[in-house]
Amino acid sequence: MHSNRYCNRIIVLPFSVLLEIRVKPDNSGVVTDGVKHSMNPFCEIAVEEAVKLKEKKLIKEVVAVSCGPQQSQETIRTALAMGADRGIHVEVAGKDYETLGPLQVSKIMAALAKKEDAQLIILGKQAIDDDCNQTGQMTAALLDWPQGTFASEVSLDGDKVKVVREIDGGLETIKISTPAVLTADLRLNTPRYATLPNIMKAKKKKIANVKPADLGVDLTSRLEVLKVEEPPQRQAGVKVETVEDLVGKLKETGRI
Amino acid sequence: MALRSAVTRLLSSSQKCAAVTVSRAQGTAAATVKDKVWPHSAKEPRSKVAFNWRDALDLEGQLTEEEIMIRDSFRDYCQEKLMPRILMANRHEHFHREIVSEMGELGVLGPTIKGYGCAGTSYVAYGLIAREVERVDSGYRSVMSVQSSLVMHPINAYGTEAQKEKYLPRLARGEILGCFGLTEPNHGSDPSSMETRAKYNPSSGTFSISGAKTWITNSPVADIAVVWARCEDGRVRGFILERGMKGFATPKIEGKFSLRASATGMILMDEVEVPEENLLPNVSGLGGPFGCLNNARYGIAWGALGAAEFCFHAARQYTLDRIQFGVPLARNQLMQKKMADMLTEITIGLQSCLALGRLIDEKKAAPEMISMLKRNSCGKALDIARQARDMLGGNGIADEYHIIRHVMNLEAVNTYEGTHDIHALILGRAITGLQSFTVEK
Repeated sequence: MHSNRYCNRIIVLPFSVLLEIRVKPDNSGVVTDGVKHSMNPFCEIAVEEAVKLKEKKLIKEVVAVSCGPQQSQETIRTALAMGADRGIHVEVAGKDYETLGPLQVSKIMAALAKKEDAQLIILGKQAIDDDCNQTGQMTAALLDWPQGTFASEVSLDGDKVKVVREIDGGLETIKISTPAVLTADLRLNTPRYATLPNIMKAKKKKIANVKPADLGVDLTSRLEVLKVEEPPQRQAGVKVETVEDLVGKLKETGRI
Repeated sequence: MALRSAVTRLLSSSQKCAAVTVSRAQGTAAATVKDKVWPHSAKEPRSKVAFNWRDALDLEGQLTEEEIMIRDSFRDYCQEKLMPRILMANRHEHFHREIVSEMGELGVLGPTIKGYGCAGTSYVAYGLIAREVERVDSGYRSVMSVQSSLVMHPINAYGTEAQKEKYLPRLARGEILGCFGLTEPNHGSDPSSMETRAKYNPSSGTFSISGAKTWITNSPVADIAVVWARCEDGRVRGFILERGMKGFATPKIEGKFSLRASATGMILMDEVEVPEENLLPNVSGLGGPFGCLNNARYGIAWGALGAAEFCFHAARQYTLDRIQFGVPLARNQLMQKKMADMLTEITIGLQSCLALGRLIDEKKAAPEMISMLKRNSCGKALDIARQARDMLGGNGIADEYHIIRHVMNLEAVNTYEGTHDIHALILGRAITGLQSFTVEK
């Protein structure tokens, strides 16, 4: 395939999620101190897709962007080890990070996409900690770009992208023009293990540091978290002897 | 990378909603059970530094970011791709040749070699790699050690440029598999009295090699063999033999109850004509094979602790889950003492391996240091595995619980590459200046 005039640069946005969830004693949130982070699985799939497109020589450069505190750099390095060319770390720490949500991230992405002159943005469809499934869609709206979400197959064709989407009814195939936003679903690909030589090469790749203010992005949240609590504990069931007993009990508790 | 397999398993079912709910509930249910047994962090005394039984002396904090990434990536591969195969591979004594190519793809074969398609990473990274593989199985780690330290290393350290170009890239990719022929049926701990002979034929420019080697990991399926033979001038030298050479045979050793997931056999040589280009010219004498063995022994020092860690963690989980006399087994003092001993030895062992790895990287390590840690790690790991087996009671002898497989394997690991006792003699000589290997002065 030639003609990468149209698809020069892809930005991927890998996020990290906690490996162990425990609610804070004051129910204000989830414990994050000292808990190990790992790249969001859907983001791994997004990075893998971007690297695959580069290996097929359909695009020239893959940029990995992550928003968060110092630890986000690890996530970027993992993306670099998988094959991304360079990284951008948008520093968001402390209180700002606790209230960082899809709206703020998509504003950052929109600003970066314009600054970096990207043709494609690929994200994971959702983060497995908050399950929002909003960042991709919001980013596309802010940029007024077409979007191919829940992608299980992506193919580039000139300046168009064919996306097969996993929807409730089955599979939907759409064709959208670049520049565009794609979000990766589970079956898009199987992410590679970072090989030793690539991990070592990743050390030399550049990660630029950027502040949200530099991009003209306001991080104030429109949401306030009132309470975080664990789901109710499973209660023991009741064993009954006959079908009549079962029907009786169901009527008793107002189920039928 | 760690979360990927869990999510794939949960979400690949058609009922995505149900699966996601399950993953949420599972998290809390697990926490609840552990709450009853093990005080939740909310009740623990508020201290700045929490004790982490998984990493008691913060090995993690002493590794570089690169070493952590290498370890994490390879750990994922081992747990996701090797662990599912090992039960049946060990039970039916089947060697999965594919794993060599898979490891080659990941770039973990000959990782410390610079150039020739190898990663050129630190010795500490090599140790971390060995620990992750052996956490799954010592047989798999033996295959990796042989390829990296006993085949690629001698070619790199003692070979010609032509030999390096010819063999190293293919060995690194796992395209070809090698083996190391030093031990003989009548000469194990005492390689200097080996009977394998290499006679030079000036007319054909070849060496005729005859002899028998035994207990050779990989030999039945190996493409090349680095064989050590005594030449006419009395010096021991290394030769690269290739499958297909006339007189070269590699029968499998049957009835093995250790390292069953790796293929072990003999190397029988009956006047094998080896071209002189296949001689490793840059070393003569036993220093050659010993240099390779030290390289491998270092990896084994880390690896054995990986096996010990698996046994420790498995025994801990089992004793937390199993209820007898109304309480979990882990409530008992005898169980806790055993686990305290395991934790201590593994933690101290890992710290010593890290210190040694850093010394090797700085070129400040002596062979006796490696002997000391190979001996310590293997001896302690075997002990830990046996204790863990005991803690599992009857279930401990079932291969489904994996511990008995580690017990079997570690018997060989404690013995090969220098037995526990031989390393003691190496250290004794260094301590006293008096050798006690032979009966003469």
